[in-house]
Amino acid sequence: MDSSSLIVQFGQQLINGISLGSIYALIALGYTMIYGIIRLINFAHGDIYMVGAYAGFFATTMFKFSFIPALIFSMAAAGVIGMVIERVAYRPLRNAPKIAILITAIGVSLFLEYGGMLLVSPQPRTFPVLFESEVYNIGGMVINSQQVVILVVSLLLMVILTYVVNKTKMGKAMRAVSFDTEAAQLMGIDVDKVISFTFGIGSALAAAAGVLVGIYYNSIDPLMGIMPGLKAFVAAVLGGIGSLPGAMLGGTILGIIEALVSGFWSSTFRDAVAFAILIIILLWKPAGLLGKNIREKV
Amino acid sequence: MKLLQKTKSDIMALVACLAVYAIIQTLILTDVIGPFWQLNIVLIGINIILVVSLNLINGFTGQFSIGHAGFMAIGAYVSAVLTVKFQLPFIAAIAGGALGAGALGFAIGLPTLRLNGDYLAIATLGLGEIIRITILNISYVGGASGFMGIPRYTDFTWMFAFTVFTVFVIKNFIDSTHGRACISVRENEIAAEAMGVDTTKYKVLAFTIGAAFAGVAGSLFSHYFYIAHPASFTFMKSFDILTMVVLGGLGSISGSITAAVLLTFVSAALASYPEWRMIIYSLMLIILMLYRPQGLFGNKELSLKMLSRWTGGKKHGSTQGN
Repeated sequence: MDSSSLIVQFGQQLINGISLGSIYALIALGYTMIYGIIRLINFAHGDIYMVGAYAGFFATTMFKFSFIPALIFSMAAAGVIGMVIERVAYRPLRNAPKIAILITAIGVSLFLEYGGMLLVSPQPRTFPVLFESEVYNIGGMVINSQQVVILVVSLLLMVILTYVVNKTKMGKAMRAVSFDTEAAQLMGIDVDKVISFTFGIGSALAAAAGVLVGIYYNSIDPLMGIMPGLKAFVAAVLGGIGSLPGAMLGGTILGIIEALVSGFWSSTFRDAVAFAILIIILLWKPAGLLGKNIREKV
Repeated sequence: MKLLQKTKSDIMALVACLAVYAIIQTLILTDVIGPFWQLNIVLIGINIILVVSLNLINGFTGQFSIGHAGFMAIGAYVSAVLTVKFQLPFIAAIAGGALGAGALGFAIGLPTLRLNGDYLAIATLGLGEIIRITILNISYVGGASGFMGIPRYTDFTWMFAFTVFTVFVIKNFIDSTHGRACISVRENEIAAEAMGVDTTKYKVLAFTIGAAFAGVAGSLFSHYFYIAHPASFTFMKSFDILTMVVLGGLGSISGSITAAVLLTFVSAALASYPEWRMIIYSLMLIILMLYRPQGLFGNKELSLKMLSRWTGGKKHGSTQGN
C-alpha cells in the first residue's frame, strides 16, 4: 500500500468514525445527563436506544411516516418511556443504597431486552430505506447520504440540547439540581420534575441515535443496545462524566478510534481497545478529558 | 470458653454439611434427582462460590467490582489448558486456575483499586470484557469457537467439597484480623487509614482472594460442561453474580448462599418457558429491589437465634424453607 492510498484509507476511516462517533455521542449525552443529575449509571439507557430504533421502525412501516416525522415520533415515544421508567423504577429508590438502584437499572435493562424479544420477536428486522442513498466521492473517499444525515441530525440535536441546557429556565434548573440537589430543592426547584425531564431528554436523544443507526446499518434487533450502550458510557467517561461537550467529544473520539482500529488492525479487537482506553483514562485522568475544566454538570 | 463454643459451632456446621451432602448424593445415586436437576445442583454450587467470593470484595470490603466473570474465565481456561494440554490431575488444574485468576486479580487490583465507587465498577467491567475479548483472539485455546474437548471431572462431590471449602475459607477470613480490617475499609476508609489500617493492602488482598475463588468456580464450570466458551463469560454473567450478591445482602454470606440457591432454582424452574424466563427474572429483580433494597438479609447472617425469633414471633421466614 503506497502512502497516498494510505492517506485515502485514513480519511475514509475518519469519515466512518465520525458518523459512528456522533451516534455514540448522542447516547453518551443521555448517560452523562442522567449520571450528572442522580449519579446513576443507567444501564437501561442502551436499551432505550433499541426501543427508539423500533419505534422508528414501526412508525415508518406501519404508519408510513417519512424520515423527520418518524424521528420525532420515536424520540417522543422513547422520552415517555424513559420518564415512566424513572417514575416507576428509580424514583422510589432515590434514598436507597446506590447499588440497589444499579441493580434495578440492570433489571430494567433485561426487562426491555427480553420484553422486546417477546413483543417484536428476536429476529433482526430490516430497517426500511427512507431516502435514496447517494454516494459522494471526494478524492477517493466515499461518503454516502446516510452519513451526511447522521452528522446533520446529531449536530442539530446537540445544538438544541446545548441551547436548552444553557438558555432556558428548565436547563438552569437541571444545572442547579446536578450541582447540588438539596440546595436546589430549598430554592424551590421541583427536583422530581427536573429529573423526570432529564430522563425524557436523554431517552429522546438515545432514540434519535437508534433511528439513525437503523438508517445506517439497515438492521435492528432487541439486543442491539447492549454494546453501544456500554461504549457510549465509555465515551461519557472519556469526555468527563457530567459534561455535555465532554460527551460529544468522547463519542467522536471513540468512534474515530474504533473505525481506525477496525480499518487498520482487526475488528475483533475493536471492543477491547474501547475498554482499554476507558481504563487508561480512568487511571490517568479520572475526571475525563473535559471533566475538570468545564464544570457544566447536567 | 469462646474458642470452645466456636469449635462446637464449627463441628455442628460440618455435620450439617455432611448430612446435606449425604442426602443429595443418595438422591443422585438412586436417580431420584434426574440429570436436569443434577446439572442445576452443580450450577448452584458454582454460583455459591462465585457469589460468596464477590461478596468478599463488594459486600465486606465495600469495593464495587463487576468484572467477576473475567476471573471466572481465566480459571476456566487455565485449568482446561492444564488438564487437556498438560494432562495434569484435576486438583492441580483447579489450583492452577485459582492461581492464575488470583495473580491476575492482584495485577489488576493494584492499579485499579485506587479508583472508587462507580469508576471502579466501570473499570472492572471493562477489564472483564478485555479478558474475554483477549481469550476470543487466542487460537491456542480455541478462539471464538471455544475450548472444546475438556474432560468432565467435576461431579457433585467435587462441587460440594469446593463450595464448602470456599465458604469456610471466606467466612474465617472475614472473622480474622484481616477480615476485620477489610470491613473497616468498607465502613469508613479514611477512619480506617487513620487507625493504621493499610487500606490499599486489604483492598488488594480481598480482590485477589475473590478473584482466586472465581477461578476455582471457573475451573469447576469448564470441567463440567466439556467446553469453555468466551460467550459464557460476558458482563451479563458478572451482572448475574452481582445480582445474587445484592439480592442476598451485601456483607451476608448466608444471604449470598440463599440468593444463589434461589435464583439458580428460579432460573431452572423457568427453563421450560424460555421467552418468559428473563422477563420474570428481571421483574423479580426490580420488585425485590424496590421493596427490599438492602437485600434479603441485609448484612446479617442467618443464625439459630434468628430462626428461633422467626418461628417464635411473626411467621414470615418462608424463604428459609431449604
